[in-house]
Amino acid sequence: MDLNLIESFLAAGVALATPLLFAALGELLMEKSGVIDIALEGKMLAAAFFAVLVAYWTQSPALGLLAGMVAAVVLALLFAFFVLYLQVDQIIIGAGMNMLALGLTGVLYRELFGMTGQTITVPTFSAWPVPLLRHLPVLGRSLFQQNILVYLALLSVGLVAFLLRRTRFGLYLRAVGDSPAAADAAGVHVPRIRLLAILLGGLACGLAGAFLSIAHANTFVEGMTAGRGFIALAIVIFARWNPIGAFFIALLFGLASALQFQFQAFGVALPYQIVLMLPYILTLVVAALMGLRATPPQALARPYFRE
Amino acid sequence: MSLSAVRSPSASNRTGTPSWRLLTMTSKISSNKIAESLQIQFISEIHVALSSTEKWRAVAVQTWPSLVALAVASLAGLAVVALAGHSSLDAARIMFEGAFGDRYAVTESLLKSVPLLFTGLAVIVAFRAGIWNIGADGQFMLGALVATFLGVKVVWPSPLLAFAVIGVCAFLAGSLWAGIASALREWRFVSEVISTIMLNLIALQLISLMVHGPLQEAAGTYPQSDRLVEAARLARWIPGTRLHAGFLLGLALCGALWLLLFRLPLGFRIRAIGQNPEAARFAGIPVRRTAVMAMLLSGGLAALGGYVEVAGVTYRLYENISPGYGFTAIAVALLGRLHPLAMIPAALLFGGLESATRALQRNLGVSPVLAEIIQAFVILAVVGFEARRVRQWLGRRRGS
Repeated sequence: MDLNLIESFLAAGVALATPLLFAALGELLMEKSGVIDIALEGKMLAAAFFAVLVAYWTQSPALGLLAGMVAAVVLALLFAFFVLYLQVDQIIIGAGMNMLALGLTGVLYRELFGMTGQTITVPTFSAWPVPLLRHLPVLGRSLFQQNILVYLALLSVGLVAFLLRRTRFGLYLRAVGDSPAAADAAGVHVPRIRLLAILLGGLACGLAGAFLSIAHANTFVEGMTAGRGFIALAIVIFARWNPIGAFFIALLFGLASALQFQFQAFGVALPYQIVLMLPYILTLVVAALMGLRATPPQALARPYFRE
Repeated sequence: MSLSAVRSPSASNRTGTPSWRLLTMTSKISSNKIAESLQIQFISEIHVALSSTEKWRAVAVQTWPSLVALAVASLAGLAVVALAGHSSLDAARIMFEGAFGDRYAVTESLLKSVPLLFTGLAVIVAFRAGIWNIGADGQFMLGALVATFLGVKVVWPSPLLAFAVIGVCAFLAGSLWAGIASALREWRFVSEVISTIMLNLIALQLISLMVHGPLQEAAGTYPQSDRLVEAARLARWIPGTRLHAGFLLGLALCGALWLLLFRLPLGFRIRAIGQNPEAARFAGIPVRRTAVMAMLLSGGLAALGGYVEVAGVTYRLYENISPGYGFTAIAVALLGRLHPLAMIPAALLFGGLESATRALQRNLGVSPVLAEIIQAFVILAVVGFEARRVRQWLGRRRGS
């Protein structure tokens, strides 16, 4: 097999894994704190839209990224209000938030860019090859000639792992997620820790969504997240709430998605619909194989009421 | 959804029902905790035993949060329209006329509510059992797919036979689709939220594959199926409109589901595992089997909706057969407070909303996904009203 093909396949896989990894790490922090957020998809979509919008107006991808993160964090705040202050069911609110984001981005997109069918293109983050490392065989091109967000995603894996295992905040986070009553008794303010986790999750979703639109596709399409938020949700479970595991499983899903560009190159004639189905089928199959062994944080999805 | 507004304990005359027998059974187990948690279950039973004035007051107490939620959602929708630079008043008028302006508009709104009746029921059964079936959309699509296949490829001797066979097959297809998620949930502990969403996305591609391939029309021009043969279509019952027999079937099923949920043992078990699976297990209810039954029923109902849509309205299958009915259904079900009969007005209203947003698109060019925003606000508002903090706050105000 051609080395060039393998390299471009790996490069595409890493790029496609990046938004999944960001979103999964965000969800991981939230779930560790006992909050399940199924609105990753909605937050990513909103971030993707506002990133494109601002990048288009200002011609600056950096400002676009910022706008995307702000949009996602605003949605995260709304989610936090319902989940932490009103303490209502997290799944239902998540489903509602997804619809809200889908509707809002759809209406605004049509209003602002019309229905001309013409896709808008925006300036994007260009690749930033890492000195020296980029000359490595195979890995050089796939890992070290990407844009800055990809490196940030890789870095975040270590960061989240460190945060969870080596910092006081991480300890509080795990305590609040496993036994909020005990944490509360020990003087930890449960809603505050959960709020921080939700905001960090919002930031991560903002990065994931902005990556999709202004660092990968260079445009916005209605519903462009295409279920990635839910795949990220699954990745967290498959990784058994371990950031390092999330990295490997996100990579697996990125590579599975990258297959769609490779089938043609390899001369395999599969209908494109089957190729598009692959990541979803893979999610179900992996779930069937690994689901049994997963043990979530004890207080996951349970609002904490002080006795 | 708890019916906490109704707290009267005067329900001693209902000893004959299976649910009541179960309460005596649990008290025999004599665990306070279990009896207490099952107690919540009987508040809805008590509902029936109230005198009629009490009952109407209870209904009013139940209804007004839904109405406020609707008002909040409508205002939010109009605010978005205003943000987009149109006059809210114009928009409101266009929407109202589009949904209820004349006889044709009304029947079109009723028509749009039909898929919501079926998917709404699907959501109710699942949510009552504590299963977050977000996959009514995919199950709907599977029903539409199977119905189209049978309606296009098979020569039917009589419409009645076609109705029976296609209906059953569509139901089973939806059950199968939901069954995958259910099996993963019960035996592999995979969250149904993830699996049903994945199955939605797979169903979408499956339909695309079929209408580009084996099921594509003979002419081969568009990615859509041929029209269903006459015998496989559902009869229209008001001449001059498109309203079809599926609407009546939907209403009948609402009644049937009410009977199942509130009058039959299976329905009681479904609600029991939804309220407190632990207590239900102690009470001797087979939790896993009941959960699977609920999910199969849920998937089947959604799929029937797909069959009815194809056989009653579109007569064809195409990629966009469901513009998200399964998600709208969540708003419908919550607005109807997970009650099969209370859901009917909610479904009609959302059918109207569908027509209204389409009228808005024709006249002002506003994207019909505006409906999504309104639905989202309905969900947020209804659930927000259930919150303990909100209820306490309202209670204090009323008490003072």
